[in-house]
Amino acid sequence: MALTIQANEEVMTAYLSGEIDHHIAGGLRETIDRRAEELRPARLILDFGDVTFMDSSGIGLVMGRYKLMQSLGGELEVTRMTRSIRRVMQLAGLERLVRLEEGGRR
Amino acid sequence: MQVQNEIRLQFPSLSANEGFARMAVAAFAAPLDPTLDELADLKTAVSEAVTNCIVHAYRDTVGTVYIHARILEGGRIVLKIRDRGVGIPDVAQAMEPMFTTDPGGERAGLGFAVMASFMDRLRVKSSVGTGTTVTMEKTIHSRRKIHG
Repeated sequence: MALTIQANEEVMTAYLSGEIDHHIAGGLRETIDRRAEELRPARLILDFGDVTFMDSSGIGLVMGRYKLMQSLGGELEVTRMTRSIRRVMQLAGLERLVRLEEGGRR
Repeated sequence: MQVQNEIRLQFPSLSANEGFARMAVAAFAAPLDPTLDELADLKTAVSEAVTNCIVHAYRDTVGTVYIHARILEGGRIVLKIRDRGVGIPDVAQAMEPMFTTDPGGERAGLGFAVMASFMDRLRVKSSVGTGTTVTMEKTIHSRRKIHG
């Protein structure tokens, strides 16, 4: 699992890759939150383009970042999910909470 | 139904083993030639069940997680994932979507909902102080069959 963060004044993008499970999610959460609290971006984008597996730990990751961005007065966008990852997200009804952008592989 | 193949795994409840468990079950299922979606379903369900053992059953300790996976006739996979942990006082409540005993840990409370949704059948047996057994079944509709 690797995480790359790119940011400008408005937008912070977290590029996630590999497999997201309970083992991995805690470290991702800490790294993303630390940067977001420093930068206080208007928009946080979680980019799932290179994520090959995700269980419900990924739902917790998205829900927690949604709450964080609410507390920072910004918005959250989730982008580039594969079909199987989108299915897990939809099970949680996340499309009611955050913008799930199209554009994933498959 | 006749058992065509089976494996038994046991490993300590370390979170590093979540990936091992789902990969092992995926590798066991591979001869059935599952679709990518079916494989993702199996891996996700196993990951949820094993994570429950680690996060809940053995919350303050490290115990053993047991997996018994069987392939029956007709491409049917039966997975039994068992722990000897604290047990679940109210299984029906634990299976309600969004119910979690660990809100600070950012668990979504959707583990059982994911298992129920991605597998054909889910049964949970638990008793406090003895442990929990999750049994899940799914029929793999082999890609080979689709192509005749």
